[in-house]
Amino acid sequence: MEPAISMEASSTDPVISARDVRVWYGTTRGAIRAVDGVSFDIAPGETLGLVGESGCGKSTLGRGLMGLLPPGAKRDGEVWFDGKDVLSMRPKDAYRLRGVELGMIFQEPLTRLNPLLRISDHFEETIKQHDPGLSKDEIKQRALDALRQMGIPPTRYRSYPHEFSGGMRQRLMIALALVLKPAFIVADEPTTALDVLVEAQIVQILNDLRRNFRTSLLLITHNVGIVAEACDRVAVMYAGRIVEQGRVADVFENPQHPYTRELLRSTISLRTTGLNFIPGSPPDLVDPPDGCRFHPRCPEAMAVCATKNPINIERPTGGRVECWLVGPQEEIPEGGTRPLKQEELAVADEA
Amino acid sequence: MTGSRSGSLPRYILQRVLLVIPMIWVILTLVFIVLRVAPGDPVSAALGGKLNDEALDQRRTALGFNDPLIQQYWDYLSSVVRLDFGTTFSDNQKVLEVVRDNGGATLSLTLAAFVIALLLGIPLGLVAGRYRDTVPDVVIRVFGILTYAAPIFFVGFLLQAYVAKPLGLPTSGAAGVETVFYMERDGLNKTHVLLFDVFLSGNSYYIEDVLKHLLLPALTLGLLICGVFIRLVRVNILQTMQSDYVEAAEARGISTSKVTRRHAFRNALVPVITVIGLQFALLLGGAVLTESTFNWPGLGQRLVEYINDRDYVAVQGIVTVFAIAVVLISLLVDIVNALIDPRVRY
Amino acid sequence: MRKFLKILAKPFTETAGLARWMLVIGLAITAVFVILAIFAPLLAPYGFAQASADGVKFPKAGAPSGDHWFGTDRLFFDVLSRVIWGARTAIEVVILSIVICVAVGVPLGLVSGYYGGWVDRILVLIMDAMFAFPSFLLAIVFSFLLTGLLGGTVLAVALSLSAIYVPQYFRVVRNTTVSAKEAAYVEAARAIGASDFVIMRRYLFGNVVQSVPVLGTLNAADAILTLAGLGFLGLGIQSTDAAEWGHDLNRALADAGSGIWWTGLYPGLAIVLLVTGLTLVGEGLNETINPTLRRRRLLPVVMSGPAAREER
Repeated sequence: MEPAISMEASSTDPVISARDVRVWYGTTRGAIRAVDGVSFDIAPGETLGLVGESGCGKSTLGRGLMGLLPPGAKRDGEVWFDGKDVLSMRPKDAYRLRGVELGMIFQEPLTRLNPLLRISDHFEETIKQHDPGLSKDEIKQRALDALRQMGIPPTRYRSYPHEFSGGMRQRLMIALALVLKPAFIVADEPTTALDVLVEAQIVQILNDLRRNFRTSLLLITHNVGIVAEACDRVAVMYAGRIVEQGRVADVFENPQHPYTRELLRSTISLRTTGLNFIPGSPPDLVDPPDGCRFHPRCPEAMAVCATKNPINIERPTGGRVECWLVGPQEEIPEGGTRPLKQEELAVADEA
Repeated sequence: MTGSRSGSLPRYILQRVLLVIPMIWVILTLVFIVLRVAPGDPVSAALGGKLNDEALDQRRTALGFNDPLIQQYWDYLSSVVRLDFGTTFSDNQKVLEVVRDNGGATLSLTLAAFVIALLLGIPLGLVAGRYRDTVPDVVIRVFGILTYAAPIFFVGFLLQAYVAKPLGLPTSGAAGVETVFYMERDGLNKTHVLLFDVFLSGNSYYIEDVLKHLLLPALTLGLLICGVFIRLVRVNILQTMQSDYVEAAEARGISTSKVTRRHAFRNALVPVITVIGLQFALLLGGAVLTESTFNWPGLGQRLVEYINDRDYVAVQGIVTVFAIAVVLISLLVDIVNALIDPRVRY
Repeated sequence: MRKFLKILAKPFTETAGLARWMLVIGLAITAVFVILAIFAPLLAPYGFAQASADGVKFPKAGAPSGDHWFGTDRLFFDVLSRVIWGARTAIEVVILSIVICVAVGVPLGLVSGYYGGWVDRILVLIMDAMFAFPSFLLAIVFSFLLTGLLGGTVLAVALSLSAIYVPQYFRVVRNTTVSAKEAAYVEAARAIGASDFVIMRRYLFGNVVQSVPVLGTLNAADAILTLAGLGFLGLGIQSTDAAEWGHDLNRALADAGSGIWWTGLYPGLAIVLLVTGLTLVGEGLNETINPTLRRRRLLPVVMSGPAAREER
């Protein structure tokens, strides 16, 4: 890892920078605030790991950046890429950007390839869409190059998707995303559906990406281990907000937010003697708790946490965090630092 | 590279063909049970008033109706294997000849109806599914429901009452008297399918005459199935548009029109082919009513005549032929499906 | 009771826009025909086979007029009255055939699915063969036999229709039974020594019977069409026994060329309307039950500005 370079790069010239992005879904009960005010930057060749429990808005954020959202969803905020705001673009321009500049790798490689089209059809279609002038041979050459980099032999070029294993198909999906050499890729839990050995291969491939292509990557995962292995920086997401972000080594060694701490504690490692878990479950995003959204589950909650939104501040060792424990002290009202009584929580929980 | 695949296709077809045999056996047995074991005796039903009891009994013995049931069952099965479906009571014709002489008219009617249904149903279904919940979708769906809800003979009645006269179209029979007479006199009935024969003869007068007669009946029958196609294609489009590979294609920046055409439409049409096999059964049922409405000289029309004459042998024979046709068509559909969808063979 | 109402209202609360409208319109149309059927003696101006009133003969194939809103046919019958009485025949036949289907298909499916073995295999084979058979031909063959035995009665026609639909009920009930009998509570009931009959009646029946209403609605539309088709071919109910739309259309077909439109138009429209109504109800229910078709009701998302969020 070269943390110094990526940190400098991120502060000077980010590939993609999100500002106060929000994605809400409409339902009969009201709007689900899946992503509610998220900001981050990713530098060229940098990998940002996005971690958090299931249902905290990680995948929604990833799709929102790509402009892929189900009907009924609304987006807000800004996503700056190459001097343009992706979110306020006309759909036609967003399409032109997708694939060439913004790529995506999905969680379930088994269902992401059209079963009726050969692998060659998938590649030809993708390359032709963005480079209509290329000849058939050039297209084939580019596709075979991308496949070779993923370790798939050219003899399989004319096969159908069902003739490949799960790990092979994920490598196909990565090859399909890479063939256009996008500057930025969203990888949405790319290894969750795969077994452990294949997982290691894919992580290795993703690791090589930034070195060989200087591709920036948003790696969405719930596996803290993968973040430690493959990412430069990490963003911890809880209930639609990024609660803490910074360099991986920094955040993991010295977590500032209690949620980050609990998340790291609940990870299984060789030294694990007992299982740790965070009591309770993520809040209902139609009506999230007042103040800090983590306060009902937070072991260190204070009175202020239940009433006032925490303020996004600089972490002591770089990065950002939003937690009243870190500060700013002057914003906490009188008596706000007394511990929040757990019985109140229990009652509030039942109501 | 393709060796393994082409190896498995013949095996799949063989398996599928072998499955047809028990299916046909079960259907033949059902037809036998329903028509022979059920009370009511064919001979007295058909000739009850015309002959005395002794003569009736003679006829029964001669035709094997006094044999034990198991013997009759065996005779029926073995004669079907020899493609002998019996001889009708009422007009003393071989059932196979009835099928040959009238089946052609049914075939051309169903084929034409099928083509009309496909040409109307698939594009309309694609549009409705693609533009879900918009005005075209609502209009197309209401049209689809109406074509299903309107009985064949009512559509036929409306066409006869309001369309046939102004356009000068015939409403009865498969061809004009002259066409039938001259075709037969000049020995032009080569295939026993009038529609094919007139095209083979190359005589534009005959062709025009036959097509004019075909138009309204085929349209009536085609509208019935077109509703089914609309509904089917639409639902499949809705499902494929939500599929993971469509989203993945969008993420690769493939334009909306290409995603719809190459990913959604193509994949949505594969299950439709399977269901077409089932529609053929609906088509045959509809053909009986269409033939009756337009006095079309097909098998369905003959079936109704034989039913009115209470001719058990003829009814049993024609029903058997229909049933075998349905089973064979579904076999054909499955094979075509295997050729199109590479996954089926595994 | 409230729970029951909630289940009844589910198709309404969970659908939006088009699907909901389809359901409402379908229910309204169906309700009109059910009312016509129940109150036919009060609503119809004349009897279905009445050719004169107060000693005055009706005109033969008379055009619509103040006395006969829908005109009269060649048998001197009043078309409006026959259309109304026809609703009664149609609904009688459909209800009767659904009752027969449930009475035959549900127990057969339960037993077949619960015991399995060779009985199950033979029943499945027979039902599959019947299902593969062109359904209208099946109805023709059965009514050919049954009208010979029972005459052109409502019962004979209802039985012929049941022959088409029994395999569908059998299939649905059998498959639900096969999956339900593995459920934990059935295992538990067996473990405490409940007899097979008790398990089937108390535990499986309730589970299985839920799918019947949807199937019934979807089949009802088809049954109306089949009934009319049989009537059209002269295999159904005779015109003097009851009013039947299909048979009336058969007689009207001869009028089509001679400008007498009213004898065929009204019974035809009645069929189209009732079948449309039932299909709309069936499709509406299907969209609520089948999750791949359902589009959940979405409320428009109103995003408060970033400033509003800070204030909170």
